[in-house]
Amino acid sequence: MPITKALETHIDHISILDEHGSFDEALGKDLIPDEDLLKLYQHMVVCRKLDEIAFKLQRSGRMGTFPQNMGQEATSLGAAYMLDDTDWMVTCYRENCGLFWRGLPMEKILQHWMGDERGNQIDRKHYCTPIAVPIGTQMLHATGLAWGAKYRGESQIACTFFGDGATSEGDFHEAMNFAANLDIPVIFFCQNNQWAISVPTSIQCSAPTVAQRGMAYGVECLQCDGNDIFAVAWCMKKAIESARDHNRPVFIEAVTYRLGDHTTADDARRYRDEEEVALWQSRDPLKRMRTFLESKGLWNDAQQAELDEHAEATVTAAVERAESIETPSRDDIFNWTFADIPEQIATQRDTMRTTSIGQDPSQIASEQATTQA
Amino acid sequence: MANLTLVQAINLALVQEMEKDERVMILGEDVGLNGGVFRVTEGLFNRFGGDRVIDTPLAESGIIGTSIGLAMSGQRPVPEIQFEGFLGPAYDQICSHAARMRTRTRSAFTVPMTIRVPVGGGIHAPELHSDSPEAIYAHQPGLKVVMPASPYDAKGLLISAIRDPDPVIFFEPKRIYRAFREEVPEDEYTVPIGKARTVCEGEELTIVSWGASVVQCMQAIERSNDSIELIDLRTIYPIDMDAIEASVKKTGRCVIVHEAPRTSGFGAEIATQIMERCFLHLEAPVQRVAGFDTIMPYYKLETEYLPDADRIEKAINEIRAY
Repeated sequence: MPITKALETHIDHISILDEHGSFDEALGKDLIPDEDLLKLYQHMVVCRKLDEIAFKLQRSGRMGTFPQNMGQEATSLGAAYMLDDTDWMVTCYRENCGLFWRGLPMEKILQHWMGDERGNQIDRKHYCTPIAVPIGTQMLHATGLAWGAKYRGESQIACTFFGDGATSEGDFHEAMNFAANLDIPVIFFCQNNQWAISVPTSIQCSAPTVAQRGMAYGVECLQCDGNDIFAVAWCMKKAIESARDHNRPVFIEAVTYRLGDHTTADDARRYRDEEEVALWQSRDPLKRMRTFLESKGLWNDAQQAELDEHAEATVTAAVERAESIETPSRDDIFNWTFADIPEQIATQRDTMRTTSIGQDPSQIASEQATTQA
Repeated sequence: MANLTLVQAINLALVQEMEKDERVMILGEDVGLNGGVFRVTEGLFNRFGGDRVIDTPLAESGIIGTSIGLAMSGQRPVPEIQFEGFLGPAYDQICSHAARMRTRTRSAFTVPMTIRVPVGGGIHAPELHSDSPEAIYAHQPGLKVVMPASPYDAKGLLISAIRDPDPVIFFEPKRIYRAFREEVPEDEYTVPIGKARTVCEGEELTIVSWGASVVQCMQAIERSNDSIELIDLRTIYPIDMDAIEASVKKTGRCVIVHEAPRTSGFGAEIATQIMERCFLHLEAPVQRVAGFDTIMPYYKLETEYLPDADRIEKAINEIRAY
């Protein structure tokens, strides 16, 4: 018998506004109205300003470790822009721009990285899950959240975000397998930023694309220029349709770049070339957007100066709010472990500064002596 | 009232909670048409349909991770992990997320989920089908750990677990799945999590145990002429130390019996708390009869490993001699 092909396929790559300013009218026309473009650009500038100020806060000892979002603003923002406000955003920790679009107060993010769990006490009206520190585990939660909505007959879907490194984790594969085989409406959004701390994508995936990982599970796959908010929006539109209307998961690989260090605890100069960073700086999503807006006569230097001022004021005010929040009560260590605090935890809370935690004082001789005296 | 095995009692609890609460969903490997490898979910697929009783892909982390998402979305998932030996792949989701979500988000998100897991040895099963890892999960803050030793308690505790606002690991001792029957009310009732049961009262010695080992404790007590009180813990965490304290203050002697390895087994915690609370009342050192600090042997030697009535009797005699 002749050899036949068991599978022949391809993955679309979407680019609409490239780094040279070329705009694909056929794909990009009417995708994002001009007034929204301006708002999106403003969000990116404010988010970039947060990175700058957060870095200084960390260096001056006013905040703990912080992961900058620099260079990746268009990915989560483009996704959040296209989702409904009641669709779940199940993020990791480099999606600030999208979260701010959802209305999550900036001081919440600051409060979290300032070491206060209340930063993750996110109002459910935002439909955003807490910052996920362990890598590549939250995709399963997204799958469950979307599954619950589907079970109840709601039209809500979930979009989960993760990096290229997370696609090496088993939970990523289990989540795609569950979503595909059980028809659960999830969008898997990979921010391929080329680096997992110091390890390049080639160590995570030796196939030509990360996107094709979805194919093995029967998931529709797309790749786009992640620094091009139009391309992100285009992919999201298609993915939302598949998820919402057909309960089919979609995998999007947004190719982007982490312009900053992994976190403020990292120094990327130890492991990557300056030329590579310079190349990606030329592809910066903010620069690209500004040039495009200027070319359309929607933006000028005066507006930029005003926006820069607004960004500085917005972030400074958020920092002030975050820093003015009182330190949590030490009882909070105990009080959130369960809905009803078991007696043993209550005893530990109430005796945490004594040497006889959990003991019956009547047993202690010196105590008896004191009582008798 | 019906005379039911532990398996039947759990099945009844699941049926009643699913009828009462549409949010309850069962998911796991082979739990659907097959009714689970121990038939605990038998008949549920036909009764409630494939949307509520779901055969998932074969992936434990996936089962628990998606259950966490379901719970966060407002459902009441009851995932099954087929054997305790397969909890390993789900450990990260259980301990890194389920247990921590309430604390992490200050209750903005919670995980009301009951993980059902057959546990323990004594059924001549292959490797990783006979372990007793309850202490591992009792050590993880944010989890409740339950292990019934009778059909009546199994039904009442499972209903409590499903209604609990926090994650519960519900260990089912597979050795007594069908070992005996008990009168179980057909009406719904709950047995509270965190309360031990006094199986029989006594004056001279206290035995604390849980799960399938309670049966061996009863055998040892029947052989003995001493007046022995037996406490079935029912919940490992949060532990009912008040019940243990009251008993040990009365008897002055205590033997703790569990299948799990001895070192850092939950018996060690109980012995320490007895020392903290009852030191001046103790007539003898607390004794432990437990599994060993070894890998659970394959089944040709499993009865050598599991605490039996002889070993329990020996411990009783030793501390009675003080």
